[in-house]
Amino acid sequence: MSTVNYDRILNPCVKDIKPSGIRKFFDIAETMQDVISLGVGEPDFPTPWKIRRAGIASLEHSQTRYTSNSGLEHLRREVAHYVKDKYDLTYDYKNEILITVGGSEAIDAAIRAVVCPGDEVIIPQPSYVCYEPMTALAGGVPVIIQTDAEHEFKLTPEALLAHLTPKTKVLILPYPCNPTGGIMEKEDLDKIAEILRERDILVISDEIYAELTYGGKRHVSIASIDGMAERTVVVNGFSKSFSMTGWRMGYACGPAPIMQEIRKIHQYAIMCAPTTSQYAAIEALRSCDTNVQEMREEYDMRRRLIVSGFNKLGLKCREPKGAFYAFPSIASTGMTSEEFCEKLLYAKKVAVVPGPAFGQGGEGFIRASYCYSVEHINEALKRIGEFLEEIRQ
Amino acid sequence: MNMKLLKLLSKNARYSVEDLAVMTGMNEDAVKQEMAQMEKDGLIRGYKAVIDWERMDSSTVSAIIELKVTPKAGLGFEEVAQRVMKYPEVESVYLMSGGYDLSVVVKGKTFQEVALFVAKELSTIDSVLSTSTHFVLRRYKELDVELFGEDGDDRGNFSL
Repeated sequence: MSTVNYDRILNPCVKDIKPSGIRKFFDIAETMQDVISLGVGEPDFPTPWKIRRAGIASLEHSQTRYTSNSGLEHLRREVAHYVKDKYDLTYDYKNEILITVGGSEAIDAAIRAVVCPGDEVIIPQPSYVCYEPMTALAGGVPVIIQTDAEHEFKLTPEALLAHLTPKTKVLILPYPCNPTGGIMEKEDLDKIAEILRERDILVISDEIYAELTYGGKRHVSIASIDGMAERTVVVNGFSKSFSMTGWRMGYACGPAPIMQEIRKIHQYAIMCAPTTSQYAAIEALRSCDTNVQEMREEYDMRRRLIVSGFNKLGLKCREPKGAFYAFPSIASTGMTSEEFCEKLLYAKKVAVVPGPAFGQGGEGFIRASYCYSVEHINEALKRIGEFLEEIRQ
Repeated sequence: MNMKLLKLLSKNARYSVEDLAVMTGMNEDAVKQEMAQMEKDGLIRGYKAVIDWERMDSSTVSAIIELKVTPKAGLGFEEVAQRVMKYPEVESVYLMSGGYDLSVVVKGKTFQEVALFVAKELSTIDSVLSTSTHFVLRRYKELDVELFGEDGDDRGNFSL
């Protein structure tokens, strides 16, 4: 029997992709009882009942076949209304909106539609973990911009200019940001737009947390700024705002010449987004504003609680303005993020994610999700407090 | 009146003043003052635990009694409602639209005790025309709290 040399079979590009930075903690936590976790990046609310009911009804009506590649026309019309209403974005449902399998597929397809081998993709970090590997898979070169606490983890025009080269093809704009909670306000985006308007660079704006901003600050999409819609693909979805993670529903909006290419990738790789989920999503966009509002208010209260909790414990924590994560600094403990998280997990069975899981710029920070009940958050904070007491002695 | 504060308290009356202050963005003294004021004004009428009595061996029985009543001139249903609600066995009294007038929730130790209370006390009130007793067999949800089934967190410990 001859053995297979898998190294000769496998794509080195894929082999080089690092597994996610939390794998190790995940494995440890799995073996422990009574772990109290702040590690999860998904809402704790069930999908609003109206949405679930719409999914059920679609099944009862045997709506179980493929939809058009782009997604149900009805849903695309609703998306067009929704993004107009919420973010002042104007897209034609016929050829500028694509329904995807979560925001993830939209990001992947958008990168693949434009990145050629050697093209540079600018990625501000700390940020969600998918941009770098997806860029690498497309043969692109990730160019990382480290954002920092001092600038509220915003992308500054200076940093952007310093990283632009003739090979720059894409700028990823991951705001509101997981894990930092940073947002880009209108005036921040204006400065970025100013730089990009003269260049042939595509912005992939990952706005999955757009509905989760706090303190009365509404999310602003870069595509709503003059001259930017034509050079931006907006990625959004239902997972975070409507608490629909498992339904796998997202969408991409962009200029027709780009969307038609993204649609080809989607057509061959995916065919169409899940039909049941598409029917459910129509209901979400149509009638669930109040549910989103309620969830946002609930997150907001938890946000205040957890931020104040970390600061009281001496872990300096800025006020996150979006998403549902606190990103406190653990620098005062003298430990690395990884050390801190590992010791905390062993000593107090509290699970948080080390900042570097989201890029090297995350060193010195931990990510704590507040997708948990107040009681749960208080218990976790109490245990973290005990842990800090013990290590300070 | 502070809607945010009320909403939080209606969800969990045991939140500490400290947590309430942080979550509403008020200071602690203001929270204390507002709560005291709302209690004084009768806006907040009490703080109670939501108990799943069925888990206790000595469980209680409750019933919803539909009362048909002759309203009194000038007083409407007030007079009879006032009388009914004074009984300690009565948990709540509502004026209803539709087929009957007052809905009365009655608690007791046994079915018999509740039935006797209705027969002896409620049905003998002058303006009460008829009663109809419906015993509660099982509580699935009480005061917004689900008592039935485990609604645990099925998410893992980590996700990105």
